[in-house]
Amino acid sequence: MIEVKNLVKDYGGHLAVDHLNFTIQDGKIYGFLGPNGAGKSTTMNIITGYIGATEGDVWINGHNILEDPEEAKKCIGYLPELPPLYVDMTVKEQLDFAAELKKIPKKNKEEEILKVMKLAKLEDVSGRLIRNLSKGYRQRVGLAQAVLGFPPVIILDEPTVGLDPKQIIEIRDTIRELGQNHTVILSSHILSEVSAVCDHVLIIDRGRLIASDSPENLERQMADASGMELLIKGEEKQIREILDTLPQAADVIVVDSGEELVKKVTFRMNAAEEETDIREAIFFAFADQRLPILSMHVSRASLEEVFLELTAEAEAESGNNKEGIQEEPEVQAEIETEDTDTETEDTETETEDTDTETDGKEEL
Amino acid sequence: MAAIYRRELKSYFQSMTGYVFIAFVVLFIGIYFMAYNMMSGYPYFSYTLSGMVTIIMIGIPVLTMRSFADDRKTKTDQLLLTAPVSVGKIVVGKYLSMVTVFAVPVVLSGLCPLIIKMNGTAHLKADYAAILAFFLLGCVYIAIGMFISSLTESQIIAAVGTFGMILLLILWPNLVGFLPTTALGSLIGFVLLWSIAVFIVQRVTSHNGLAFILEAAGIIVMAGLYLIRRGLFDRALTSVMEKVAIAGVFQNFAEHYIFDAGGLVSYISIIFLLVFLTVQSIEKRRWS
Repeated sequence: MIEVKNLVKDYGGHLAVDHLNFTIQDGKIYGFLGPNGAGKSTTMNIITGYIGATEGDVWINGHNILEDPEEAKKCIGYLPELPPLYVDMTVKEQLDFAAELKKIPKKNKEEEILKVMKLAKLEDVSGRLIRNLSKGYRQRVGLAQAVLGFPPVIILDEPTVGLDPKQIIEIRDTIRELGQNHTVILSSHILSEVSAVCDHVLIIDRGRLIASDSPENLERQMADASGMELLIKGEEKQIREILDTLPQAADVIVVDSGEELVKKVTFRMNAAEEETDIREAIFFAFADQRLPILSMHVSRASLEEVFLELTAEAEAESGNNKEGIQEEPEVQAEIETEDTDTETEDTETETEDTDTETDGKEEL
Repeated sequence: MAAIYRRELKSYFQSMTGYVFIAFVVLFIGIYFMAYNMMSGYPYFSYTLSGMVTIIMIGIPVLTMRSFADDRKTKTDQLLLTAPVSVGKIVVGKYLSMVTVFAVPVVLSGLCPLIIKMNGTAHLKADYAAILAFFLLGCVYIAIGMFISSLTESQIIAAVGTFGMILLLILWPNLVGFLPTTALGSLIGFVLLWSIAVFIVQRVTSHNGLAFILEAAGIIVMAGLYLIRRGLFDRALTSVMEKVAIAGVFQNFAEHYIFDAGGLVSYISIIFLLVFLTVQSIEKRRWS
């Protein structure tokens, strides 16, 4: 269990972490979510003892990271943003070195190293110099190094940044596998990743915790945002008339879809009527008027929207805060990219794909 | 500690730095040995070592420059500092690995007095004592280089800084000659030195009150001593500053054939002090 109490990190007047409090329970996968510069990495660096906090305390399984650093650090495996690897060593040598640093007993060492190499699928490259490995492989060596010795808590800082889609899926599977027996904390600014992997989400913005709940609960809180998207062949006036007869539909928007005579219709579902399934009613209403429905799609509130809503609220609160204004462009950029995500997502697999593409753009 | 020591040592010999350093030092020992002992027939090997003091001034910065600067730049310090190993052990592990690399040419130079003996009279005791002093002097330089490397992210700055520092120490005895020898001059010198020390304390602790009290107390004590016993300050500054000239201990061994045990202890103390400062500089960085 990790307890973080009243954590503050002050970088010469800029509060990277602002009175952060949370508790991490054993045996779950936690996701740290936040825009760039939200303080995710700083928080992780403090928890793992790499940097000191200006104020506040961190306890790891009852060990204070400052007063009892060696015991506390033994409980943690950490993969920082940039995997800390010595490029002049081979993969095997690097893991050997990490095993010795982590004080893994000599007799178990070989076995433990083989285990993590298998987990991270590194058997083929064990004799290669890290200098010659691609980013994806380095990330995997970093992961293997963090997992080495199977500490109870594994902390991963943006573990999928810069990987190709196949590698992302592999790393996510590995993380899920680890989550069965370990507490895993991972940070990300990619929302679909967090909702796909984590049991619990901590949303951080400008160093403060603004939400902490399971992804499902967070989405449920945003029930208002769920709606429907239809492609209908017909006239706008006629479509509006039909939808007016349905009490569930609100805020109807009709636009040209690009195809001749086909309109794209989106509307929000009234909160009061939300639980009932209106798909059938819609189908028959349009069928009676002989307007063909070409596609129908229910869009639930995604974590993206929850995230945007919450960070926007936090921003509004500190509207006249000088730091807030400075960071605004960054948050704005985040919103734009995530928006394109929401629009293009149709199925689960497609979401992941578009995500990676957006990722690539962000990297550039 | 052992893991870090082994890794660093291995890395010196994988990246060629270790071989280049050893070859460089051995080559110049060979050249000086040939010129002084073989061709000129001078029976003391310590004479060669005196020449080597300026050569290791160039070699040691190359050996020490990457010790901490590189870790910081490539962020591999994240691995070390988040591992269940104390900073002290990390520093000592790295320090001993560099000392080991330096020990290789020093051990090889141990053959030279024997070669002299094969050809005539040798002064083995004086020579081996000089080799020991030379080794410890090198260890002090390595500790200086390691400390400077821990202050920066740039290997170049670390190397140049170390070179400058060692050069300053070598020139020190001559520079001390320019200092004032009068009692008043000494007093002013001490006040200036004290002010610099207080300034460093203020920077480290960011505590203005403490710095002010220290500064005031220092000036009062020194001024009081000056008024009561003026004779105490005659030539005091130069004699204190001469102590900083650490190469002098080695010269006692190499040129005057004196076994300066106190000097060796001072070398070891300086090494401990610098290792301690390196640990502090790394700890400090984590908090700012």
